[in-house]
Amino acid sequence: MSKQITIPFGPQHPVLPEPLHLDLVLEDEKVVDVIPTIGYVHRGLEKLVEKREYTEYVFIAERICGICSHIHGQTYVQGIEQIMGLEIPERAQYLRTIWSEYSRMHSHLLWLGLFADSMGFESVFMNSWRLREHILDDLEATTGGRVIQGVCKVGGVRKDISPEKLDEMVKGLRGIEHELQALMNVFLHDSSMQHRLKGIGVLSNDDAYYLGAVGPTARGSGIAIDLRETGYAAYGKINFKPVVEPDGDCYARCAVRAKELFTSIDIIEQCVKKIPDGPVDMKVTGAPDGEFLSRAEQPRGEVIHYIKGNGKKNLVRHRVRTPTFTNIPPLVTLLKGCELADVPVIVLSIDPCIGCAER
Amino acid sequence: MTYLAKSPWIIHYDASSCNGCDIEILACLTPMYDVERFGIINTGNPKHADIFVVTGSINEANREVIQNIYNQMSDPKVVVAVGICACSGGVFRECYNVAGGIDKLIPVDVYVPGCAARPESIIDGIVTALGVLEEKRNKHVRSPMVTDHGHTHHHRHAEGGAQ
Repeated sequence: MSKQITIPFGPQHPVLPEPLHLDLVLEDEKVVDVIPTIGYVHRGLEKLVEKREYTEYVFIAERICGICSHIHGQTYVQGIEQIMGLEIPERAQYLRTIWSEYSRMHSHLLWLGLFADSMGFESVFMNSWRLREHILDDLEATTGGRVIQGVCKVGGVRKDISPEKLDEMVKGLRGIEHELQALMNVFLHDSSMQHRLKGIGVLSNDDAYYLGAVGPTARGSGIAIDLRETGYAAYGKINFKPVVEPDGDCYARCAVRAKELFTSIDIIEQCVKKIPDGPVDMKVTGAPDGEFLSRAEQPRGEVIHYIKGNGKKNLVRHRVRTPTFTNIPPLVTLLKGCELADVPVIVLSIDPCIGCAER
Repeated sequence: MTYLAKSPWIIHYDASSCNGCDIEILACLTPMYDVERFGIINTGNPKHADIFVVTGSINEANREVIQNIYNQMSDPKVVVAVGICACSGGVFRECYNVAGGIDKLIPVDVYVPGCAARPESIIDGIVTALGVLEEKRNKHVRSPMVTDHGHTHHHRHAEGGAQ
């Protein structure tokens, strides 16, 4: 048996925009064990519920993560609305759905770019981010913010979108669709991409299930879980199918995200067709008294916000379980047995969002 | 253009940011804003970098990492604090694991406010930093070695200091 050596990976590493630390135990080039360390970006924001009123806390909830910000805010306010028994206007539900799907597209394009960069495909990285700017432009035009939108509030949304702008948004998305197709063609059919991704980092269906994988990591291993099917916001009135790939390798996880971009465009188009007229918010009085486990599908998978209030302006407890946190045990399994040179690709294939995971 | 301003390289570290500012820094490098046309490259090696771009605030786990990166960079060097969290702690300043802005640990030359800081303001901050970098080079400013006891370990020619 050859000698074992340990290589530290992170927290500051060129392939990771965020600090994640892994101790890689190697035998020659093979990774035999992985010890993850987290805690570099822990802020302790859950405890801020004691200092902020439940209506103000939406801003903190959005800042759990700057990539999935809208969906964090939405999940939090949905929980509060459930506790208080608020039936928010239908138009607000549709608008939340549209912005959620925009967030998903911006997150997936961001990830596809970083993923390409981890393989050394600089031009594909640049092209993904170029297309992502189109999504951000629409988000900025409708909400006022590029990455942190601040548009959800308890009882509805802060901004309305005019019917003309909604049509323009769909036209814009259909307009870039052929560019997205061309880019996805590279991810899905380019021979060097396939060489780097196929059969690398395989997570079996059983492992994905028992280790608690969520989101594209689970769907890439053939598990059809997509929280959008539970029908929160306006998803109950929209027809769509979760994208599932059976193989469980890096290629499958990449394909899931690539195909979800087009599902998102479809969902946005359906929303724009079905969106009713009416108000976008309602007056909210009182404070939440009770507890609720609010769940939603983020770009990275299922997020859970546990909210508990006692009828006062400040909540008693807010607890978040983020998709990246549950995807770390599958990541450790994925890395065992791989080659050192594949580590960056495999780490990125679960789309780690450390800002979420550590809060 | 001056000598140093031709191709300044940056190193980016996410202290305890929410990612908002980090993805905006990356957005600066990509075709919409494209700072690489000015020769600005995001490097992973502290010894290659002229400008240290930090997002997010200080906490117990990342103090040493930030000090380590800062101390390893060669002179002249400048620090740009991107986003309100790096400037002062921002919305998280009252959290139990947030010690405050980056300037509590290392000397900061340029502050870029915003939540999240927009790419335009980040580029403005980097351009301002280039001026500071040139000035430091002309004055032969030696940056201090930072340790947990403040900026005590000055280099022999530390007169003038970094700030």
